[in-house]
Amino acid sequence: MRTKKKTDNELKIIFPSLSENEGMARTAVGAFVAPKNPRLDELCDLKTAVSEAVTNCIVHAYRDGVGIIELFCKISGDEVTVKIKDRGSGIEDIKKAMEPLYTTCPGEERAGLGFSVMESFCDSVSVKSKPGAGTSVTLKKKLRQRL
Amino acid sequence: MPVYISGGEELLTAKITGEIDHHSSRWLRSDIDTAIMDNSPKKLRLDFSGVSFMDSSGVGLVMGRYKNMKERGGTLELVNMPKSIEKVMALAGMDRLLEEDKE
Repeated sequence: MRTKKKTDNELKIIFPSLSENEGMARTAVGAFVAPKNPRLDELCDLKTAVSEAVTNCIVHAYRDGVGIIELFCKISGDEVTVKIKDRGSGIEDIKKAMEPLYTTCPGEERAGLGFSVMESFCDSVSVKSKPGAGTSVTLKKKLRQRL
Repeated sequence: MPVYISGGEELLTAKITGEIDHHSSRWLRSDIDTAIMDNSPKKLRLDFSGVSFMDSSGVGLVMGRYKNMKERGGTLELVNMPKSIEKVMALAGMDRLLEEDKE
């Protein structure tokens, strides 16, 4: 595989939006980052954020069926980038969707904290979405320097 | 992803093990709610000592059990929560339910 100049390592996983893949996706990202020797809390934060993004695809993007989720992972220096992309329903109002405790399915015990977790557990979260076409969420997290 | 139920009418303890996410929470929910229905406890204690991972689905799980217990006039307490999980709970202000004394 050809990699870009500054990219240390890359991973791409494509899987159907089945809830049993939530664990696989976050564990794969954890295993991908592990050789960088991250601190346990950083690894845990990243896995939690990935779990939220993948769950959003399953619960919201492909609410009425099963679709394809693409996960791209990249480590460049000490920065980890994870992009989670779906071709599902898309988000009408991204700002509203990212409000803490906002949920479109209150009857289902969804806490409405998905984006809040991503934002507080990562350094940056960017969301691109088009209603009817899909959503992509990009998480970035810098691993701390160790002595 | 088993949950170990013990106790009864006074205090019902549900010890959750493994990972709590959207996938596992539906089974946890039905197991815990069945135990609540069977025992009608005054207090439900959720023990997180065996939980290795939790995302915001766990917050939804706790919120739902809190509501369920409140409707029955009972209370809910959370014990033995690992730091990483407490962090997720704190985002929802649910860490208030944490028992100070760790078992």
